[in-house]
Amino acid sequence: MLGFVISRLLQAIVVVFAMSIIVFVGVYAIGNPIDVMIDPGATAEIRENLIRQYGLDQPLWRQYITFLANVAQGDLGRSMVYNTSVTGLVFSRLPATLELVLVAITIATVIGIPAGIYAGYRPNSVASKAIMALSILGFSVPTFWIGMLLIMAFAVELGWLPSGGRGDEGTIFGISTSLATANGWSHVILPAINLSLFKMGLMIRLARAGMVEAMQTDYVKFARAQGLPDRQIVFSHVLRNISIPIVTVFGLELGSTLAFAVVTESVFNWPGVGKLIIDSILQLDRPVMVTYLILVVILFVIINFTVDIVYARLDPRVRLGGSK
Amino acid sequence: MSDVATTTGETLAEPAAAPIETRAMRLKNFWSDFRASKVAVAALVVIVTLLLLAFGAPLVAPQDPYDMAMLDWLDAFLRPGEVGTGGYVHVLGTDNAGRDMLSAIFYGLRTSFTIGLSAGALALVIGISVGLTAAYFGGRVESLLMRIIDLQLSMPAILLALVLVAVLGQGVIQIILALVVAQYAYFARTTHGAATVERGKDYIEAARATPLPTWRVLFKHLLPNVLPPLIVVATVQVAAAIALEATLSFLGVGLPLTEPSLGSLISNGFKYIHSDRYWLSIYPGIFLMITVVAINLVGDQVRTVLDPRHAR
Repeated sequence: MLGFVISRLLQAIVVVFAMSIIVFVGVYAIGNPIDVMIDPGATAEIRENLIRQYGLDQPLWRQYITFLANVAQGDLGRSMVYNTSVTGLVFSRLPATLELVLVAITIATVIGIPAGIYAGYRPNSVASKAIMALSILGFSVPTFWIGMLLIMAFAVELGWLPSGGRGDEGTIFGISTSLATANGWSHVILPAINLSLFKMGLMIRLARAGMVEAMQTDYVKFARAQGLPDRQIVFSHVLRNISIPIVTVFGLELGSTLAFAVVTESVFNWPGVGKLIIDSILQLDRPVMVTYLILVVILFVIINFTVDIVYARLDPRVRLGGSK
Repeated sequence: MSDVATTTGETLAEPAAAPIETRAMRLKNFWSDFRASKVAVAALVVIVTLLLLAFGAPLVAPQDPYDMAMLDWLDAFLRPGEVGTGGYVHVLGTDNAGRDMLSAIFYGLRTSFTIGLSAGALALVIGISVGLTAAYFGGRVESLLMRIIDLQLSMPAILLALVLVAVLGQGVIQIILALVVAQYAYFARTTHGAATVERGKDYIEAARATPLPTWRVLFKHLLPNVLPPLIVVATVQVAAAIALEATLSFLGVGLPLTEPSLGSLISNGFKYIHSDRYWLSIYPGIFLMITVVAINLVGDQVRTVLDPRHAR
């Protein structure tokens, strides 16, 4: 087991390094950030100074080495647009994104799992068919368009909720969050619903598939033969058995929800990291792009690593048989 | 079917040879199974209609929306149903530059289909090659390739495509490339999965024993037997490519409005969402939604029909 963990850990480190090179070279290939930052009327001298200040006159490999050396000291560079430290910038935006993701995942779970369980329990009822149709819609209709419809319906037409931005912040348990105020909730609810729909579709499908399969197993038949009411069978036997795959996928999907937040945050002008990365791509803010991308790579590598280890722990064939 | 009668009953001493399914028969059987779902047939009709409208856009659209000489600023923001300076009814209204929305949607649909279909086809070819290579050669080649594929699949396609488009720049070719890179892995994994099962079978063993070149064994013997699951992935991925392109264009990193797809039309309309000019963004969005949902419905039925557990 230890050997397996070490080999996977080494692989993970290699991946992070390889990705950091790809990201660095890729981002370097985009336009010239100096043209974006500088007043076109500036003299050649100012221009030269600025290029030197950002180290853009150095060959690419040296820039990469400098970047690595700085990262080793915890310095990921300064944003060319905001002129603050990138780490500070990303971490100042992170709470907004986490807040949004948290509410979205809660909505997806609280509605998606019971709906999926019902659809699996009565697969042929009209309500179940409606639930499945909705899940297909949640899966296939682009997030940004649903977001736009939500804004049109609830913000423009009905005027019930604000169309974008983050509301007032309050404090719960010493944490500053917009979830502590009513105004904050009114801002978070539309984007959170928007972000949750895709996950909800997934939860419905997972719960339904598990439920359909579980209802045909022997233990359910035995429980029925014993005369147990369906309610008790579902809640005390079936749920326990179908919850494992749901929890696994749930964990895996946390990461991708963070990534999907890019679209929702742009539609709702939500000041999170997703909006930050889109803005930095449009403004050619290289240090922010590199930092965000490398953070995302690390996040996904950690998730993959954890899943590998958990599976190896559960299934000895994985760690003994190598990749086969 | 007739083969049921011949294989049961009287001819016990000399069992009839299993009927050989010709390609035409298989297609016919496929179609009769597919037809069982009315929803899927309706979706197919919708797709064909949309394709005709898209690729016949110059013939059916009342206006060439990108010929600047035909646009008139006086026509800007006409409501759906109003008559502009051109003398005809703008069924879906006009946009901020006086473009007829219906025409813009047909042309945009053409761009979206072109991108979705070419990205899907390219990703299919590359994915098949990678997947077959991995499954056929096995060993280190396989574990390296599949490790890369797995890693790529663990990242959301939207993020990958976003970064690639940012790196490659705007334009149809760039978008297609980004989508291919973001999507080939799905095909590669499906091909690999199906091919690993097939590779252990006797006919591959037999083909390998002959002096046929490797590529011939791969593409003529192995590939036809791994195609069914790939067809399903291909339909779903074309829909995903269209949706992904629309999303990128909406975010402002996809296609510019001079080369519009449905996504850039919606993005343009989104700017006027607060000024009660809903038709600029709603109608292209409805077309986008219908396209994506119809392709997915067809894909769903194809999956059901091709599923080996599906009873004939």
